[in-house]
Amino acid sequence: MSPFDATLTTPQDAYEEKRLADLHPQSWVNPKPADNYALIIVGAGSAGVAAAELAIAMGVKVAMIERHLIGGTCLNTGCVPSKALIRTSRLYAEMRDAARYGAKVPDNIEVDFAAAMERVRRIRGHLSNRSSVRRLAALGVDLFFGNVRFAGPDTLMVNDQKLRFGKVMIATGTRPHIPTIPGLREAGFLTNANVFNLTELPKRLLVIGGGPVGCELAQAFRHLGANVTIVQDKPLFLEKEERDAAQILSDAFARDGLEVRLNTQVTAVRVENGCKLVDLISADYRSTIEVDAILTGVGRAPNVQGLDLEAAGVKYDAATGIAVDDFLCTSNPRIYAAGDVCLEEQYTDTAAASARIVVHNALMRGNMRFSKLVIPWCTYTDPEISHVGMYVREANRKGIPVKTFTVPMHQIDRAITDSEEIGFVKIHIRDGTDTILGATIVARHAGEMINEITLAMVADIGLCTLAKVIHAYPTQAEAIREAAKAYVRTRITTRLRARLQRWLAR
Amino acid sequence: MTQLPKLTDEALLERLQHAAFGYFLQTVNPVNGLVADTSRDNSPVSIAVVGFALSAYPVAVERGWMERTDAVQRSLAALRFFRDSDQSGSPTATGYKGFYYHFLDIHTGARVWQSELSMIDTALLIVGVLTASMYFTADTPDEIELRELADFLYLRVDWCWAQGDGGTIKQGWKPESGFLHYGWEGYSEAIVLYVLAMGSPTHSITGDCYAAWTATYQWENLYNYDYLYAGPLFVHQFSHAWIDLRGIRDSFMREKDSDYFENSRNAVHIQRRYTRLNPHEFVGYDENCWGLSACDGPTDEQPDVFNEARRLFGYAARGVPYGPDDGTLSPSAVLGSLPFAPELVLNAMRNMLLRYPQMLTDDRLSSSFNPTVGASDEQPWVSAGHYGLDQGIVLLMIENHRSQFIWQLTSGCRYISDGLQAAGFEGGWLRQGQPEGAC
Repeated sequence: MSPFDATLTTPQDAYEEKRLADLHPQSWVNPKPADNYALIIVGAGSAGVAAAELAIAMGVKVAMIERHLIGGTCLNTGCVPSKALIRTSRLYAEMRDAARYGAKVPDNIEVDFAAAMERVRRIRGHLSNRSSVRRLAALGVDLFFGNVRFAGPDTLMVNDQKLRFGKVMIATGTRPHIPTIPGLREAGFLTNANVFNLTELPKRLLVIGGGPVGCELAQAFRHLGANVTIVQDKPLFLEKEERDAAQILSDAFARDGLEVRLNTQVTAVRVENGCKLVDLISADYRSTIEVDAILTGVGRAPNVQGLDLEAAGVKYDAATGIAVDDFLCTSNPRIYAAGDVCLEEQYTDTAAASARIVVHNALMRGNMRFSKLVIPWCTYTDPEISHVGMYVREANRKGIPVKTFTVPMHQIDRAITDSEEIGFVKIHIRDGTDTILGATIVARHAGEMINEITLAMVADIGLCTLAKVIHAYPTQAEAIREAAKAYVRTRITTRLRARLQRWLAR
Repeated sequence: MTQLPKLTDEALLERLQHAAFGYFLQTVNPVNGLVADTSRDNSPVSIAVVGFALSAYPVAVERGWMERTDAVQRSLAALRFFRDSDQSGSPTATGYKGFYYHFLDIHTGARVWQSELSMIDTALLIVGVLTASMYFTADTPDEIELRELADFLYLRVDWCWAQGDGGTIKQGWKPESGFLHYGWEGYSEAIVLYVLAMGSPTHSITGDCYAAWTATYQWENLYNYDYLYAGPLFVHQFSHAWIDLRGIRDSFMREKDSDYFENSRNAVHIQRRYTRLNPHEFVGYDENCWGLSACDGPTDEQPDVFNEARRLFGYAARGVPYGPDDGTLSPSAVLGSLPFAPELVLNAMRNMLLRYPQMLTDDRLSSSFNPTVGASDEQPWVSAGHYGLDQGIVLLMIENHRSQFIWQLTSGCRYISDGLQAAGFEGGWLRQGQPEGAC
């Protein structure tokens, strides 16, 4: 068997011991269930923990059930480990690029992959404190570990224990979607669920899928020294994002020496002499590449199986997850869903925000709508690509007149002093007004920058006001104010011209 | 050659235009009228370059560079070739459904390089065919045949089929794998494609299809210019080379109170601003040295070596402001903007010719040059030989600047004005109706 496949387990070190002690202690004994719970939370990921905290703060008796680990994908196999790894990979990339900053390129840069992964595990263990079993139990959550299935419209079973509920929130999240490629399972592959267990760098890595996860990990492994090929069946990466963003990322990948095969599909995988041979087809062009490991980054599948949702009258789809209305209520009025299992927007903070909506709506007869949320997101490649609100094509489709104010980062002093001039800020407004419809930022720290625009959108602040906000100089976020100032300039010109004409006509 | 920048505007343009025309004489196969993509050895035919050639012959006749009968014979050779070409859509045919493969063998006319059946390149060929038919209007057997062939070739193109099952026209089709699974997204050189597809009396597509395309446009304020964004300069030129887009507006441009001609002028300003800012600190860039467009480049790609870090590209659509940008500039893309901003373009052209005279061989502009990777500041890397598309756009745009001759020819073409109107264009010369004898 290859060392890079599904048999890979987490190295059993002190960090792992701590993580398990925090998130699923072996000695844990499920509590004796109460007669009835006002709210039972199924799944203890970002949504589950957020709902539990809010419900407890409201004085509600809550049970939470987890099959595996508290903290869910984000903490264990998602954002936390991947961002920790990306930080190390960026450092190596910067070392190689040191001359650009007037610094000496270190001699013989040698990547210590095991050390990088140990750091990932240390940070993950450190952060597991925050969602630890002890902390949740101390808050007053009745925490059950085990398999859940619905036994009726107001009853569910945890292992063999029966729990009665007033309301349920299902937040079971997603798992990696494994593409059906002949030979893939036999050859072995990595997913986000086990890639952070690696202790040895695969020299040649194939990443299937050019979405956010695929792009982030492909670039990180490239920076760590692997020869990486991304295969994407679409003509662009990050198909959801604006094409200019994808274009810039495409250039960055070329700069990094990351091989990209667009419009290409994997047709089969074979193992010969311990190497994985991957057959590709692009239109009519067939080729085969040899790799040591395959990472599938394509899509996520909702965790809806085994829950006996039918017994509770909850409608779902194996591909799109649990069906909910805008109030996040399922087809059973006592059962709600939150997070990745029911949402198209699969981000940690969105999951938590959706969970808070559920607590309000389920327990306080609230009528908060999911569609009212302003949701930013970011893909943590270098440069980062972040977005909030509407895309231009979406506005066009809805017949909303849209205009974009664009500021390339090369116009911003701090981007230049930091040699980080790649990227742009684009703010989309309703043409004729200063109302922000959405924004895309491509920049080294785009994830940090998008928050200002999200705040403006939530608080109904338009470009006129943003233009008045003095930003600390020099900072890269000044690009946002420059876009707002460009808007104000278009206003002044029109107004001044009209006034001048009136004056001349006297 | 070094004297060139010192000539008067008119003399300079005459020299460059005449030299550009020489490309078509040098690379044509007189037997079938097909013209090579580049002047390099073993270059295949690019069907778009044939479209440029067919539009260049009338200019050459008017300018006294070619006999009318010679021009008619060259045009007829090409038109007869396409009429008789293998339209079976087989992997070695010439075309299918009235469209043609992008690259053809210059002797046999068969598809080469496994190229795609190209919708946009067919449109550039066909608009050249129609241009020729608008000029050769004499009542002689040859010119009558020419006009009949032009009609036949245009009416044969099945534009509806090229929509596949989608809203917009597909970019291409291959016999091995069907339609390329991407359409036109964002503003591009495809106006001429949509106009021809909508003006067709036989296979016209609907206005919805055009609206579906313009719905992907990005209207941006960049460097303080309101602008329909497209990165590479050629996008702002290719449809404009044939269609007079001054003062006529579709619904998008009416809403934005602009037009495609003004937009192309803004593209010049934006290129100048970008090269002045010169974010990547490339050698030579300034407001009088610009021209990021689709062109050849000094690639550092190693054949058969994957995963090497790359900062240079080969033939690529370089663009402003998001790149790719590797310090390579296309002089013909500068000259292609001549009608939109004559003074700025001529200043830039003179400056570039003075500083980098190596970009010119036989008075003809090379595809591109790159002073950053040259032997020295004064010795830029220069693309070898010449590209047909470059010579075509230079020739047509100089002519439009000097006399608006190409625009006058095409504005008399009923198919084109019908197509424009079906796309929702109004105002300007369209309001005044078409002259008599429209095709």
